Amino acid sequence: MSTLDVKGLTVRLPKGADRPEAISDISFSVERGEILCLVGESGSGKTVIAHSIMGLLPKTLTLARGEVRLEGEELTRAAESRRRELRGARMAMIFQEPMSALNPVMRCGAQIEEVLRYHTRKSSSERRARALALMSEVALPDPERLLDAYPHQLSGGQRQRVGIAIALALEPTLLIADEPTTALDVTTQAQILRLIVDLQRRHGMAVLFVTHDFGVVAEIAHRVAVLREGRLVELGDKQAVLTRPRDAYTRMLIGAVPTLKPHARAVAEDAPVVLATNALSKTYVERGWLRRKRELPAASDVTLELRRGQTLGIVGESGSGKSTVARCIVRLIEPSSGEIRLSGVDLARLRPRELRPLRRRVQIVFQDPYRSLNPRRSVGEAIIEGPLNYGVPRGEALERARRLMELVRMDPAALERYPHQFSGGQRQRICIARALAVEPELLVADEAVSALDVSVQAQVLQLLEEIRIRLQLAMLFITHDLRVAAQVCDHVAVMQAGRIVEYGPAERIFLEPRHEYTRALFAAAPGRNFAFAPA
Amino acid sequence: MWHNWSVRIGGGALIVLVAIALAAPWLGTVDPTLFDAASRDLRPGETGEISTLEGDQLKHRFLMGSDSFGRDIYSRVLYGTRVSLIVGLAAALVALTFGVLCGLSAGYLRWLDGPLMRVMDGIMAIPAILIAIAVVALWRASLPSVVIAIAIPEIPRVTRLVRSLVLTIREEPYVEAAIALGTPTAKIMFGHILPNTMAPLLVQGTYICAFAILLEAILSFLGVGLPPEIPTWGNIMAEGRVQFVAYPHNVFFPGVFLAVTVLAVNMFGDGLRDTLDPKMAKRL
Repeated sequence: MSTLDVKGLTVRLPKGADRPEAISDISFSVERGEILCLVGESGSGKTVIAHSIMGLLPKTLTLARGEVRLEGEELTRAAESRRRELRGARMAMIFQEPMSALNPVMRCGAQIEEVLRYHTRKSSSERRARALALMSEVALPDPERLLDAYPHQLSGGQRQRVGIAIALALEPTLLIADEPTTALDVTTQAQILRLIVDLQRRHGMAVLFVTHDFGVVAEIAHRVAVLREGRLVELGDKQAVLTRPRDAYTRMLIGAVPTLKPHARAVAEDAPVVLATNALSKTYVERGWLRRKRELPAASDVTLELRRGQTLGIVGESGSGKSTVARCIVRLIEPSSGEIRLSGVDLARLRPRELRPLRRRVQIVFQDPYRSLNPRRSVGEAIIEGPLNYGVPRGEALERARRLMELVRMDPAALERYPHQFSGGQRQRICIARALAVEPELLVADEAVSALDVSVQAQVLQLLEEIRIRLQLAMLFITHDLRVAAQVCDHVAVMQAGRIVEYGPAERIFLEPRHEYTRALFAAAPGRNFAFAPA
Repeated sequence: MWHNWSVRIGGGALIVLVAIALAAPWLGTVDPTLFDAASRDLRPGETGEISTLEGDQLKHRFLMGSDSFGRDIYSRVLYGTRVSLIVGLAAALVALTFGVLCGLSAGYLRWLDGPLMRVMDGIMAIPAILIAIAVVALWRASLPSVVIAIAIPEIPRVTRLVRSLVLTIREEPYVEAAIALGTPTAKIMFGHILPNTMAPLLVQGTYICAFAILLEAILSFLGVGLPPEIPTWGNIMAEGRVQFVAYPHNVFFPGVFLAVTVLAVNMFGDGLRDTLDPKMAKRL
């Protein structure tokens, strides 16, 4: 008997959605001691499956057909009270965002004990002892202290460990993990993945692991189920699915995963220098009436050089200062010291009035395509805003916008429409068009493809590449994703805690990293040793 | 928006009230300032006489009775609708305009934030009704001075709302993109940020409107609002208060109109909030 057996599961979407069913006729099983990865792009229904198993579907979604059996017991028609007994005890869930999955005003220990309080008759001292044991089991340092800590006092990885401890409290037979490492840094992700695999082996649990990342799949899965728009398109052994995918969609998805091998293309070392920063630093100063002044260096002593037609990548984890550098260069924030020379002119010290005429030379594309466009302005208005600011007549600006829409592979008729009518990938194309409308010399891409699905990400990366070649743009590419960096960068700067720890040609850095942090970063990249099926 | 029941009922009632205000002269009313000593204290539905300015005697049916001067309550209440709606709308517009200007400046121009918000805190510390009484006492009581008196205490509330919205919107990437595109500060404030604060502002506007209608009635009732010869619901109630036990209709009818109007505006605002911001809506 399988631990989890799902048959013909179908969930209906409310009227007016883009398709009638969130998931259609989904069948799979998870055996004891097995990790099944559910992979799919956003909107493929993978989270809906996880939630219908747990009985946590939002009210707008209705379970139409199918059955879910946990150790043989049918759940979809079970009474809510019975399901509540099973949740936590026999099946447990880990969530994506550890900060919002934990109650911010409750101590971590109390949140672990809460599960025990409702499901067992343990005394308070027994509960505390069990909570301590669980915290050591998930390898939290100094459990005695963390028991009384609030979630905000913990790091992201530690919070996720608390989440896992809560899930494990009653030794469930089924663990559902919904993108548990997506919000974490790559080195933390590696640790959490290792922990999940360890715990799964030790307790012989069945694990249903929801993810969008094929690297993670390669790292931990035994079997893989691939979803597309609510349908199961491929289900099989990890080795088979990842190296010999049968379904065309799976093949396309796996082909879109960038490799960690740096591209080998000749870079012209004598191209004119577009951007040169010299000892660029940004320090935040915190002042209080009764407190001592505190200095928080976000970026220190950053010296970079970027030539025309080339791409410089800044790679690092969250808090490494890579976005701070990007925002200083675009002058969205004031650098504290150092120089930012753009084709020879130092931007760092210019006052707003002097800076405005020069702004068009540096443009930026942001991470979140849903917030990068003003929801109340049509796409056309957004694109012509820059040219209008620099005195281009409206008609000419619109003509330019139409040409740019073609350049970013979109229908010029879309200029009349509003941002909410477009998908994330399309919006990102619009943002690129908006940035290009003022004919910049330097394009800064601040995690510009990080929020996109892997297939869309591949298209946007290709588009950026084409634009770089065609317009001979200098591109500053900020990313946390080593695979993306390997694909697009000519030079790479690795940042840690506000400093550049390694800087050089991409090929050299990827093939023979010298700094230990760079090595640790590469070692943490999920699925780095796995040979995916070629595109 | 029209699918929401609160919007339907509140909006419907408001449309009726506006129609009443506009069509007051053709709804069987007489000039609300006319009186006749012979027709004092008539009960609702009784017929009496009323003398016009030319001195003619008219037969008139007093649908809502008459007051102690022999004036027609029905006519006064209907004409009072005009005053109430104008005061509500004008006060909301004045408060929103100044509040938006202050809030945008405080939220976007950091150097103005401290001084401006401390002034707002100062205004917030004084009870609304005291400010209103002081303002009306300073100037002669008239429609504009009453509107301003009612709007001033509302300005800090709008300022705070707008400022908090601006503080979140200014961090949005599309605002930063506009900065990078060299868009002038004023254009960013009014072209990018202001339009995105509109939905909550509109809702706040309806609440101000309801409060202003109520406050105008209170001021009139206290005798510090519009002069007694202008028919407002507050004035009618103030005059009827003395004889409330004997002739409750003097207070009852304007009271009903006041309650219905304030309720309608509030319902409309609630419905507006639910449709403009579905996240805030109650789960059905």
